[in-house]
Amino acid sequence: MASASSLPLEARGISVRFGAVTALDHVDLVLDGMAPVAILGANGAGKSVLLRTLHGLIAPARGSVAWGGSGERPRDQAMVFQRPVLLRRSALDNVKYALAVNGVAGAQRETRACEALARVGLGHVADRAARVLSGGEQQRLALARAWALAPRLLFMDEPTASLDPAAAADVERVIGEIAAAGTAIVLTTHHLGFARRAASEIVFLHRGRVTERTPAAEFFSSPRSQEAAAYLEGELP
Amino acid sequence: MPDIAASFALALRLIGGGDAELWGIVALSLEVSLASALLACALGLPLGALVAVRDFAGRRAVIVGLNALFGLPSVVVGLVVYLLLSRAGPLGSAGILFTPKAIVVAQTLLVVPIVAALARQFVDDAWGEYREQLLSLGVSPTRAVPTLLWDLRYSLLTVVLAGFGRAIAEVGAVMIVGGNIDGVTRVMTTTIALETSKGDLPLALALGLMLLAIVFALNGAVYAVREWSVRRHG
Repeated sequence: MASASSLPLEARGISVRFGAVTALDHVDLVLDGMAPVAILGANGAGKSVLLRTLHGLIAPARGSVAWGGSGERPRDQAMVFQRPVLLRRSALDNVKYALAVNGVAGAQRETRACEALARVGLGHVADRAARVLSGGEQQRLALARAWALAPRLLFMDEPTASLDPAAAADVERVIGEIAAAGTAIVLTTHHLGFARRAASEIVFLHRGRVTERTPAAEFFSSPRSQEAAAYLEGELP
Repeated sequence: MPDIAASFALALRLIGGGDAELWGIVALSLEVSLASALLACALGLPLGALVAVRDFAGRRAVIVGLNALFGLPSVVVGLVVYLLLSRAGPLGSAGILFTPKAIVVAQTLLVVPIVAALARQFVDDAWGEYREQLLSLGVSPTRAVPTLLWDLRYSLLTVVLAGFGRAIAEVGAVMIVGGNIDGVTRVMTTTIALETSKGDLPLALALGLMLLAIVFALNGAVYAVREWSVRRHG
């Protein structure tokens, strides 16, 4: 793994456009990785685009993203998507593949992959084909694959969105363990309960702009921006 | 002209009786077509996948070109390979004109664009799904090529089969560069053409039946493998 660090992550005035649509509009965001961050906002607010831009998958039309002071994306970060893309091979081989392309020596891959699977509770399905696992197991496998790389920074785009409550709870537990083990977490979600439990800080997006960044405890009781207040009003019973 | 039913009976007797000439022709056909299909896949699959995942100037032109070469007139390929391999041609010193090797060269040239164009289509579709995940893992588009080809291996069997089917069904180019020499470069298709025009219908029919049987058996096998792969891998 490269020695360059993803943190601090500094996004300065980033704008992203898709044709005539402005997905992000002059967003400034600095992450030091000290506290887990949840990005909230309505559908189409730009949450996923922001996450992908911070991860380096989308180049901003304006502004810049720097990781540890460099414009080159370091390898010590990973991302888990809403729908994990798994390769047509066993669960274990999916994790080993990620280790191989990140330059981990052959002898260590097996050990590290087995450890990662055991930590997410998938040790017993290591030899099963990844794509026939249940939705919850596939998401935990994606987490194991990301975790095996020992990232300093982990992005997650609605990691529990397409899961039933029991599977979502399993995934949430794993995310808690990853955070506790020292990985900085940045996630998007529509589950406010999950955001409240998983994050210490909330970044609220509205139509491609950050309207506030607030400690989680404060955000849910008294959001600072009107947009966030309206969103919480609509989302909470 | 002999009675068709009688020719059919004779044809079946040739197949059942293990006629040496018949089986020699079938074996040579299989040999050159398998060799061409394998060579064409070794070149065409990575080529098609690279065009699918890499962004470069002129990419559209390459895609249009590949799709156009799909319908490459085989006699033109035969003519070009003939000119290249003939004694006065640039590759004449190899001395492989009118040998099975010349047939392999011609068939490979015919099959590469088919394999590359189909592989590009398959990989292009898959790349939409895999792109972000692989880039996120630190996999460059070029490094993604072997990953994608391996992950799509069961779908790509259909492409390999299409390539083999094109190779074994080829007549024109094979006739030109192979010369249809008895016992040397006579394959199923060229023999059928020759024997039919000579009026020897039983041998032509027997070879036609064998050709159909091979194509059906291969298609059945590929279908079975794909069914199995869906159950195994989802």
